[in-house]
Amino acid sequence: MTDLITAELVVLDLVATDKADATRQLAQKLADAGRVTDLDGFLADVAAREAQMATGMPGGIGLPHARSEHVTVPSLGLARVPAGVDFGAPDGPATLVFLIAAPAGGGSEHLTILAALARRLVRPAFRQTIIDAPDAASVASYVQGEVGGQ
Amino acid sequence: MKFVAVTSCPTGIAHTYMAAENLEQTGKELGHEVQVETQGSAGTVPLSDDIIAAADGVIYAADLEVKGKARFAGKPFVDVGVKKAVHDPKAVLAAAIAAVENAPKAGTAEAAAAAAAPPAASAASSTRKVGAGTKARQWLMGGVSYMIPFVAAGGLLIALGFLFGGQEVVYKLYGGTWEGTEYQDIAGGLPVGFSSGADIQVLLDKAGFAGLLFVIGKIAFFMLVPILSGFIAFAIADRPGLVPGIVGGLICGPIGAGFLGGLVSGFIAGGLAYGMTRLKVPKGVRGIMPVVVIPLVTTILIGVIMFLVLGPPIAAVQSALEDWLSGLSGGNAILLGAILGLMMAFDMGGPLNKAAYVFAAGGLTIAITEGGPGLQIMAAVMAAGMTPPLGMAVATLARKSLWTEAERENGLACWLLGASFITEGAIPFAAAHPLRVIPSCMAGSAVTGAMVMAFGNELRAPHGGIFVLPLISNPVLYLVAIAVGTLITAALVILLMSLDKKKTEEIAHSEDVAEGVPA
Repeated sequence: MTDLITAELVVLDLVATDKADATRQLAQKLADAGRVTDLDGFLADVAAREAQMATGMPGGIGLPHARSEHVTVPSLGLARVPAGVDFGAPDGPATLVFLIAAPAGGGSEHLTILAALARRLVRPAFRQTIIDAPDAASVASYVQGEVGGQ
Repeated sequence: MKFVAVTSCPTGIAHTYMAAENLEQTGKELGHEVQVETQGSAGTVPLSDDIIAAADGVIYAADLEVKGKARFAGKPFVDVGVKKAVHDPKAVLAAAIAAVENAPKAGTAEAAAAAAAPPAASAASSTRKVGAGTKARQWLMGGVSYMIPFVAAGGLLIALGFLFGGQEVVYKLYGGTWEGTEYQDIAGGLPVGFSSGADIQVLLDKAGFAGLLFVIGKIAFFMLVPILSGFIAFAIADRPGLVPGIVGGLICGPIGAGFLGGLVSGFIAGGLAYGMTRLKVPKGVRGIMPVVVIPLVTTILIGVIMFLVLGPPIAAVQSALEDWLSGLSGGNAILLGAILGLMMAFDMGGPLNKAAYVFAAGGLTIAITEGGPGLQIMAAVMAAGMTPPLGMAVATLARKSLWTEAERENGLACWLLGASFITEGAIPFAAAHPLRVIPSCMAGSAVTGAMVMAFGNELRAPHGGIFVLPLISNPVLYLVAIAVGTLITAALVILLMSLDKKKTEEIAHSEDVAEGVPA
């Protein structure tokens, strides 16, 4: 199975005006990597999910996500946003943004990986390691290792 | 303290698991044990019965309907929504602890009342410990609960069609000769399409708004057996069961298998789909299993089974029965009435019911022109087809605790359905409790059929129920016959349902809880 996340999908210092902008920049990375076939279609799916319930999580996390037919492989785009960007969390803006892209159909295997990721997000140590990581490659390999993907 | 929790969210990939992790971690921090069932996209691993039994309280952090809620019945709980558990798990846990502490203490009357629920809850649980019979009942009820609204909506619309259009509405829609006027069939092909040459304008011109109501009701009825079959299969195998279940149920129409056929196809389809989801397959194929392979294979199998294995014997039985009835018609009229009654009530739209009805309706045409006992036979068959829903209407009103909320509501609709000779009104009861309801209905219908033959009532129309009472000779005696059969059915079904009264009431209650009906 393709890795959930690679170095190209990590942005270490993202500057974004709002959550839509942050999401678009990360989605562009996924599109560049060929993991998302239709950028606007995918963003529309994410926006639809976002409209149901804000995905700002406690601990400075923005977690836009969608299951979309425009996604070819389960993917994770990750950005550190030192200045912060508001994702609607009650405890303030997000400094880490995780964009989860899951294919619409298919088996439950990749969903298990995403479930593992969601569980890690709650743990402070997981977030701190990402914030302290020296470069994109080490962020990618740490996250990939944690969620148990091959 | 020990807690169990259920988490879920709309997409099922983020909040569900974050909430779960939060609740588990926070539980650890505060010295409590929290076991979470994540009802998300990655599939649900159900909590075991032991864990649930040991839990002091339940946390619902779910934005979707909680699956299998009845398992937790009777335990103190908090219902917070998934967002709260993601953002403030400490508050959620505090609320859950408070709910447990405020719950009735053991030994008080309230605790005794609350304790009445757990046995019902474990009966409704879907884990290994449950007996095969209980499980089959749950699957059955899964199908029946989805079917009930179709029976009510369709039946009431048909009754309204009769009410506003008189019983000639049937001739106007489906063709035939009524009081010297010959009508063309315009709606016989619905819901697939109008009969040739007809469209909605023709329908409105010929049969009016009453005809439209009637046709809409018939379309709802068209889905009755498919929905029953489909959702039994859905209850067994989850989503993969739905396609073969519905297709199998649809095939019951052309092969004349009725709702009993729908029960059979639902269980077979569910079993096939469940079996296939359990198959170990290579990784490459796994992705297309749920979308392509399982639907394809299970649908082929159920289609072939229904058409080729189940269909021919049903057709043979039906024509043999029609021949047999023709042979009987010269003999003892009262015995014939009783036999027709038994057949009408046995499967309510299945082969026996159809054989009896076709026999009567066919004889009616001959009797109208050439005379003979056909008019009495028609009267007996209609009366016998009215008593099953009427009997269930009386029974649900007389002994409320034996029935679920949905059944009691269906019982109310049954007054009008029975009065309109829409025997299908009793199907939800017969499907849910076949061994108790069907014999009761058969007994009442047999007595009514025999009484009508003894009274010699004559009927010149093949349908219409109470609305054709003016066309029936000796209408008072006819009503007496119907009333007697109704009371026999009601009394018998109450008796049979009460044999294991405690269990019946518990099951009815736990199904109400599962459906979210306030106690």
